[in-house]
Amino acid sequence: MADVKLSGVHKYYGNVHAVRGVDLTIADGEFAVLVGPSGCGKSTLLRTIAGLEDPDGGTIAIGGAVVNDLRPRERNIAMVFQNYALYPYLTVSENIAFGLRARKTPEIEIRKRVSEAAEMLGIGNFLQRYPRQLSGGQRQRVAIGRAIVRKADLFLFDEPLSNLDAQLRDEMRTEIKRLHHEITTTMIYVTHDQVEAMTLADRIVLLRDGNIEQQGAPLELFEQPRTGFVAGFLGSPSINLIPATFKTNGPEAGVVFQSGGELTLPSAKARPLASMNGREILVGIRPQHFSRAGGSLRDGVVSYSATADLIQPTGTRTFTTIKIGGVDAVAELQAHDVSSHGERIDLAIDLNRVVLIDPSSGLVIA
Amino acid sequence: MRVGKLPARKARILALRYLGAGVVTLLFLFPVYWLFMISFKTPDEIYHVPPLWIPGQIQFSNYYVLFKDGDVVAILNSLIVAGVSAFIAIILGTLCAYSLARFGTGGENLAMWIISQRMIPPIAVVFPVFLIYVYFGLVDGYFGLILLYTAFNLPYVIWMMRGYIVDVPLELEESALVDGLNRWEVIWKVVFPMVRPGLMATSVFTFVFAWNDFLFALVLTRTEVITFPVMLTHYFGGQSNFWAKIAAMSVLGTLPIFVAVSVMQRYLVRGISLGAVKG
Repeated sequence: MADVKLSGVHKYYGNVHAVRGVDLTIADGEFAVLVGPSGCGKSTLLRTIAGLEDPDGGTIAIGGAVVNDLRPRERNIAMVFQNYALYPYLTVSENIAFGLRARKTPEIEIRKRVSEAAEMLGIGNFLQRYPRQLSGGQRQRVAIGRAIVRKADLFLFDEPLSNLDAQLRDEMRTEIKRLHHEITTTMIYVTHDQVEAMTLADRIVLLRDGNIEQQGAPLELFEQPRTGFVAGFLGSPSINLIPATFKTNGPEAGVVFQSGGELTLPSAKARPLASMNGREILVGIRPQHFSRAGGSLRDGVVSYSATADLIQPTGTRTFTTIKIGGVDAVAELQAHDVSSHGERIDLAIDLNRVVLIDPSSGLVIA
Repeated sequence: MRVGKLPARKARILALRYLGAGVVTLLFLFPVYWLFMISFKTPDEIYHVPPLWIPGQIQFSNYYVLFKDGDVVAILNSLIVAGVSAFIAIILGTLCAYSLARFGTGGENLAMWIISQRMIPPIAVVFPVFLIYVYFGLVDGYFGLILLYTAFNLPYVIWMMRGYIVDVPLELEESALVDGLNRWEVIWKVVFPMVRPGLMATSVFTFVFAWNDFLFALVLTRTEVITFPVMLTHYFGGQSNFWAKIAAMSVLGTLPIFVAVSVMQRYLVRGISLGAVKG
């Protein structure tokens, strides 16, 4: 068990500044997910923690000890790779035992731990098989088993589910979550998939261009993004960003869309913008904050009439593309809320949860 | 596959294929067969007109002569020189290849520069080498030949092994590094098993090159370390050729290659095709 502390970590690849002075503390037993788009530096950061890359600046401490000069094998970490990294010439059992044999663990202890891990992951029947005889999901279980048996201080996952199909990915995600509950080791998990990040993390660390854009609990990032990038990255379908102008009119404040139409903002949202009359802003409305209008509207909920363009039913919900402020926006409605292309629908938009972004700085204003 | 009656048309095609394969095999094997037969014949039988397809009786006197005169030591010399140089070239070359493949040693062009060493015509360097060897007293010894064959084989080994090593997924090595191995152990326990077919194929070719070399062995040996191809030339006389000795010696010289290829066949097919796919 160990905490991880990064201070001012930099990493260059030639002229590319991949990690730009990252400060990050991950508590003992925490499940931290590094997430971000391709090239944001998340994998580089993980590999630097593992010791597979040397940082060009800053310190990395695991369990209170600076490990910059330690080799990967001296850091007592276990790592699971995207392509499983199983040795094709070894059986499942030998693969799982590989790290223990490398560390000269007594055979009797190896057998015990391998069977425990196999039991935990439900791969007990495959121990004598070779990796090529296993499915993708089974292979990833073996890879996780190889990490578990090590009883390392720190678990690192580098996009472990990216090679699996959607259904299997859901299953394995649940298993990894359960695993963390059972073994409570500190885990750092890299993914580009925001659903994985949201569902697994105790804490999400969202990276962009080698910097931490924002970190915090999943719902905190989702509900209180600090930048438009964070608001846009988390959530599926992603948030609708509509260009508009902020207008005050006495006690009332609202946004006027550049292509016409306006929405009145709830006072809590409008207050921080009091001095910004006439400023250009981006209005961020999550697809989940649309609903079919019906009955009386709560405070801060406004009605909006639109024409359904594209309709994408998922079974439980139906994603409907509408025009709002001249741009295409997606509204996530109940399955049967909308039935045909071109249908006129009355929507309610919950503006209490709207995100207002300064387009020049990208920062969330309210 | 189901074993049973084939439709007539398929059976005919299959028969034709086997027939074709049989003809080609006969064509290729005939010289080998003839060589073996001569090695068992008496002088009368060798010069018999019309030629005798099968000797009257299998007799080993041609081989016996080689052993009695001590000529077989040439085979032993070849085994030592080819075996040791192939072994050293493989070990050194694989390590160099690993360095090129994984650490980018020498940038992008070093690998090409190394293989270009192999393209030089041997005849162009044999006399300079001879002069250098004379100076250092390396002529007519095991060390000189082993050194030369190792040097000549290294570029080939490096080039081939680099290709195989590049194909080993990097994560396998990284995973092993995290799991507790050091770099040498990673090479031994992860890289070697992964490239084994390529390694075996390369070893065979390296051995065969040294085994078959005639030019360097001819120039750089005198009487002490005569290799098998050089020894063969001693049987071609101005007045007459000793066909019986030539045949027997050739058979003895073919056997080690035959054994090496049979033992390694499984790896050879995979190793060569691995290289082929990579291009």
